[in-house]
Amino acid sequence: MVENNRWGNFFAHVILILGVAIVVFPVYVAIIASTHPPGTFVRGVMPLWPGTNAWENYTTAITEGRSRAGTPPIGGMMWNSFIMAMAITIGKLSISIISAFAIVYFRFPGRIFFFWIIFLTLMLPVEVRIVPTFQVVADFGMLNSFAGLSIPLIASATATFLFRQFFMTVPEELMEAARVDGAGPMKFFKDILLPLSITNIAALFVIMFIYGWNQYLWPLLITTDPDYYTIVMGIQRMVTGGDSEPLWHLVMATVVLAALPPVLVILFMQRLFVKGLTETEK
Amino acid sequence: MASITMDNLCKVYIGGVKAVSDVNLDIADGEMIVLVGPSGCGKSTLLRMVAGLETISDGTLKIGDRVVNNLEPADRDIAMVFQNYALYPHMTVFNNLAYGLKNRGFKKAEIDRRVREAAQMLEIGQFLDRKPRQLSGGQRQRVAMGRALVREPAAFLFDEPLSNLDAKLRVQMRVEIRQLQKRLRTTSLYVTHDQLEALTMADRLVVLNAGRIEQVGTPMELYSRPATTFVAGFIGSPAMNMLPAEYLKTLVSADDLAHLPQSADLIGIRPEDLSLAPPKEGEMALTGELMLLEPAGAESHLHLKLAGLKDIFVARLPQVPDVSEGTALTFSLRRDQLHPFDSASGQRVA
Repeated sequence: MVENNRWGNFFAHVILILGVAIVVFPVYVAIIASTHPPGTFVRGVMPLWPGTNAWENYTTAITEGRSRAGTPPIGGMMWNSFIMAMAITIGKLSISIISAFAIVYFRFPGRIFFFWIIFLTLMLPVEVRIVPTFQVVADFGMLNSFAGLSIPLIASATATFLFRQFFMTVPEELMEAARVDGAGPMKFFKDILLPLSITNIAALFVIMFIYGWNQYLWPLLITTDPDYYTIVMGIQRMVTGGDSEPLWHLVMATVVLAALPPVLVILFMQRLFVKGLTETEK
Repeated sequence: MASITMDNLCKVYIGGVKAVSDVNLDIADGEMIVLVGPSGCGKSTLLRMVAGLETISDGTLKIGDRVVNNLEPADRDIAMVFQNYALYPHMTVFNNLAYGLKNRGFKKAEIDRRVREAAQMLEIGQFLDRKPRQLSGGQRQRVAMGRALVREPAAFLFDEPLSNLDAKLRVQMRVEIRQLQKRLRTTSLYVTHDQLEALTMADRLVVLNAGRIEQVGTPMELYSRPATTFVAGFIGSPAMNMLPAEYLKTLVSADDLAHLPQSADLIGIRPEDLSLAPPKEGEMALTGELMLLEPAGAESHLHLKLAGLKDIFVARLPQVPDVSEGTALTFSLRRDQLHPFDSASGQRVA
């Protein structure tokens, strides 16, 4: 332990407070800005105390957006983002846990080969393969659809790899005991492996949900129909849409709304999430 | 309840390593057989072949009248207790015990009856709602036993079940397992590397070495007449002293060794057969210098240097003698307690 000295303590706290301020201040400004009437920002002075227009700004953003400039209401975009993020998360989790199960527990020809193939895709994030992926999605006629938004992002080497690592720490005797107890492979998966993985699933759920929610480039590329716009795209359109000044109060309201669901997911899953990252089941 | 018959069982791993070769063994109904041997001798592999967790490369395995070579573990009517217990960590003790029965489609009432009966037998009734991590090592061991018991199988298979327990608990569980097995009369195959556990628990003992059976017999048969130098060295603690016959002839009179066959060129002497009393009729004398005295409470181990012999010679006495290190001691030993072996084949010759 470092010695408990007064100045040391003082400096430690100064640095911590500074760090927190640097992280929190922009978020604070965004929240404050979303509560002021339209004219405030044109004057060039950034208010630091909440304004009175919060309710009005948020209802405008959610229900109207900036329709005349081609930005649909935020409410619909949030719903789109939510569907896309959930589809990506659930798709990633189900596919990767099943592939990890196959790779760890079954001896089939080409097992190692397939593992490395999956592993290799780690090197190919969406941005790298975006042109061919776009071509494939376009040829399948999946532009402007939820399928097009989510399916190309579902394959996940990261999650497969993490589940594989976790499964390899599960003692082999558990599987053998289950075999002696008359549980076939799928029963073993359902009754034993799945309940044991629950904390890992929760942790990955949070990570994958945020990943899906934050997708920007891909939705931008394949959606031209405002019915399929996602909120992260919406922020951008909000800023640049139209010829007039950006409506900063609405932009900020959109930003705050866009940041909300990931925060909620983390708060909701926090207990399991932290457990999954720090604790290994004994 | 069933007998187990192993007929020329072999296990060859991919790559040609032969883990078990030509094991022939008939286990009678209700018998407790202990497989014992050093690490890597194939005892666990053999057990896992019986369980169905390892494939059988060659030979036939019968449980009862059924050849079970190609049956899944669940269809062999056996129950297994694992070394690290292998309890399902997310299930309560009750569900751990019930899992195998549920998978076999037993009625709820029957499952409940069997679990409670086993729990009562093992005195884990008050833990039924707990998770395994809330139990101590000994309690987990009991749950693992319980999981085997509720199945009421044809045979129990134990894979070093006590090696994760502390010494005191190990002795206690050893007694309990043996009593339980005697009460239920269920055929049991028990693997251990601990020769004391093997001697105390077995109806018959099987000593394995490098995948082969060295000797099968009751514990006392193996102890008093080991068939090979390997068994002689493995059973009994401290291990049997082995002296070349040529060397022994220089220490004792020719009469002392006259009764042994010519081919016996290696003589085994159990440390506990030596005594400090002067030699009587039919006994021989052996002198050595005391290098180290290890008192062990009720007994003592004396490490001796015999003239002209490199190895240390050990004697075990049922008390701690009042002697000092560095003095020469003369021990007496009954001539008929010598164990004669042929050093080339490792076999006992008389």
